[in-house]
Amino acid sequence: MSAADPILRLDSVSKHFGGLRVVEDLNLAVRRGVRTALIGPNGAGKTTVFNLITGVFPVDAGRILLDGADITATPSRLRIGHGVARNFQNIRLMPHLSTLENVMVGQHCRNRGMGGVLQPVNLVPRNRWREAARAALADAGLIEYERSTVGNLPYGVQKRIELVRALMAQPRLLLLDEPAAGLNPAETEALQAQLEKICIGGLTVLVVEHDMHFVGALCADVIVLDFGRKIAEGSPEDIRRNPLVQEIYLGAPVAQPMERHSARSA
Amino acid sequence: MLAVHELEVRYGRVHAVRGVSLTLAEGEVVAVLGANGAGKSSLLRAVLGLTKPCGGAVLFAGRDITRWPTSARVRGGLVLVPEGRRIVMTLTIEENLLMGAFHRRDHRAVAAEIADIYDRFPHLAARRHHPASVLSGGEQQMLAIGRGLLARPSLMMLDEPSLGLSPKLSSEVFALIRRLNKENGQSILLVEQNTQRALELAGRAYVLELGRVAMEGAPESILADHALQAAYLGRAGATEQRGDGRPTISVS
Amino acid sequence: MSGYLEGIMVLLAVNVVFAYGGFLPLAAGQLNLGLAGFAAIGAYSSAYLSNVLKLPPLLAIAFAGIVAGTVALIVAVPVLRTRGIYLALATFALGQIVQAIILNLEIVGGAAGYPVAAFIRLPAIAATAVVVVALVWLLFATRFGIAVTAVHDDESVADLMGIDVRAFQVAAFALGSAIAGVGGGLYAHHFSFIEAQYFNISLSITIVLYVLLGGTQTVIGPLLGAAVFTLLPEVLRASANWRYVAFAAALIVLMALRPEGLVTGAQLRRLLGLARTQARHAAVATALPKEPSG
Repeated sequence: MSAADPILRLDSVSKHFGGLRVVEDLNLAVRRGVRTALIGPNGAGKTTVFNLITGVFPVDAGRILLDGADITATPSRLRIGHGVARNFQNIRLMPHLSTLENVMVGQHCRNRGMGGVLQPVNLVPRNRWREAARAALADAGLIEYERSTVGNLPYGVQKRIELVRALMAQPRLLLLDEPAAGLNPAETEALQAQLEKICIGGLTVLVVEHDMHFVGALCADVIVLDFGRKIAEGSPEDIRRNPLVQEIYLGAPVAQPMERHSARSA
Repeated sequence: MLAVHELEVRYGRVHAVRGVSLTLAEGEVVAVLGANGAGKSSLLRAVLGLTKPCGGAVLFAGRDITRWPTSARVRGGLVLVPEGRRIVMTLTIEENLLMGAFHRRDHRAVAAEIADIYDRFPHLAARRHHPASVLSGGEQQMLAIGRGLLARPSLMMLDEPSLGLSPKLSSEVFALIRRLNKENGQSILLVEQNTQRALELAGRAYVLELGRVAMEGAPESILADHALQAAYLGRAGATEQRGDGRPTISVS
Repeated sequence: MSGYLEGIMVLLAVNVVFAYGGFLPLAAGQLNLGLAGFAAIGAYSSAYLSNVLKLPPLLAIAFAGIVAGTVALIVAVPVLRTRGIYLALATFALGQIVQAIILNLEIVGGAAGYPVAAFIRLPAIAATAVVVVALVWLLFATRFGIAVTAVHDDESVADLMGIDVRAFQVAAFALGSAIAGVGGGLYAHHFSFIEAQYFNISLSITIVLYVLLGGTQTVIGPLLGAAVFTLLPEVLRASANWRYVAFAAALIVLMALRPEGLVTGAQLRRLLGLARTQARHAAVATALPKEPSG
């Protein structure tokens, strides 16, 4: 595998909340087009890293580079336009918007300016943005829910809708925070297949996950955090065998191979 | 200890639970499995009284509690560790734990149990006087379990306790559940997506599908059902070699 | 049309315009308790323009709307830094300030009130109301509607999705205030006399109630709310003094049964979806066999 220039780089990033050092002098890089996992014990700072990348919090020190561009000082609102989209650990869809409208929120960053704001998406029957959103829902097998109130839909369906919303922004880097949480093994496999299909076009995915089977099957690179620092990185197999990672994160050594589909190139 | 008889739960048009019957004897660990939307959480909420069933009955410790308010059920020893934790963010970690022991009078025992929980979950001990909002998702799960334990439940119901926890913490939580059952005789009703782990712990299990009980029985018989394996365990599944002879999952 | 009926319909039209003035900020998640102040700005500026500068009433009212909207834009920046209850207090204070200023402005009569020479009748007022409702409906049928609802539902996620939360809040606040100004202008030019005392907190609260009753989730909600609020007391007129009690009781019952208002978004979607599905079924001659669900 060639050493592709990273699509995401964190240089010596630190973040404190009062006295709590949540992220400490963190250096990490995500290779372009390579599905990468960010793992670590609870409280290691993984979701905070996502929040720093998307600009929910400003960094206290360090730089964040997205595809070479320094986005450290870019306002959070503009980062999705730079190509990074995300989902949320506890699903955050808009309760007063229908499924279709929720998905259309993801298009907002591509439909800029006054012309974008005044796009008659709910007025004209064949508006192209609306049709594009409908097509995406149909692609994900969710078109039957297009007019539903999202709050009443099953958990798994809501998770999938959130993913479609993020994809509507046409990101180059997709941040997924525990996408397999709450899914049974069969559903997790379906998710894995869906993500592999999505990544064919060159999208890079950075996944926070605890399901090590899922991580091993999906990702080629794994970065391990503990107490806000990177303590290990490598292939899933390297990580599985790393004694420090075993001690602080995996618990008992995992017997079966994690890299089930390692033969496939990323 | 717990008997659910032909329970029906509806949310408007959605028929979440359709005539589910379930029993749990004292000292048992019973697992409830199923896909998302199968009705597992709805079932637990109805047993606790958070949702009113539109049919059927819930019997607890020999009494019909179907019409009891939730507070009465909790005082009677029925405790739920909910999915999504439901932690009060503005209270400190210690205060959240104390909420669990709200109705108890034996303060010294409560203090000892809190110390024990801090022993098990050092992440919580380190920040005990910080507001709970500083905790990560998984740490909040630990707090929810600790809070549940402090209620000294006769029956503890856990809704996806391993959700969002690292493999190590998941193992610890499951080990804790096993210990509570083996050493303290704690009766446990467990809803889990981690099918493998749940079946290792449980003496009996129910599988819910679209609001109905599709199957019930001993873990071995559930594992032996191939249709079930395909639906819930996926193609890959896992072949784990365990030295201690616990049940494994095999895929044909 | 009898004078009495015309009076009711004029009141209805004016209340509808006011209601949409309250709807805009509420749809973005903000409570504007200074609506009466912006109505006053509209009333007084339109009256001045038509009395002194001899502008035709409708033109004066349109300008007055712009004046009210501009004032709102200017105060929006500091006021919208506040949240929740503090925003309600800040806008309440705003309304009080406007009232106080007007009471001291001798040029428009001060405390004695200000007579308005020009007079407009129901057709013009109703037409203006229809235009306002149509414009708001059109606006909410664009991406503006989705963005504003997103801001209302979850500001942080809306921001992460690229929506300029502050800009939409300011826009909703300013547009709502401009519409309230137009309502004030209509009132001034029909009731021929305006005084600062009329544009008080009670009026602001009543307007907000129109919107909450009708429902903030759909564009038709404020229309329904204003209609119920205006017409129900008239329907109850027969019961003389008890009608206020009956009206209040009806409100309480309605709020208890339907806290989200008379019309909710989900309901409207279902109704529209049903209509579309029925139309489709009617158009298809033969039905296809049903696919088994996955």
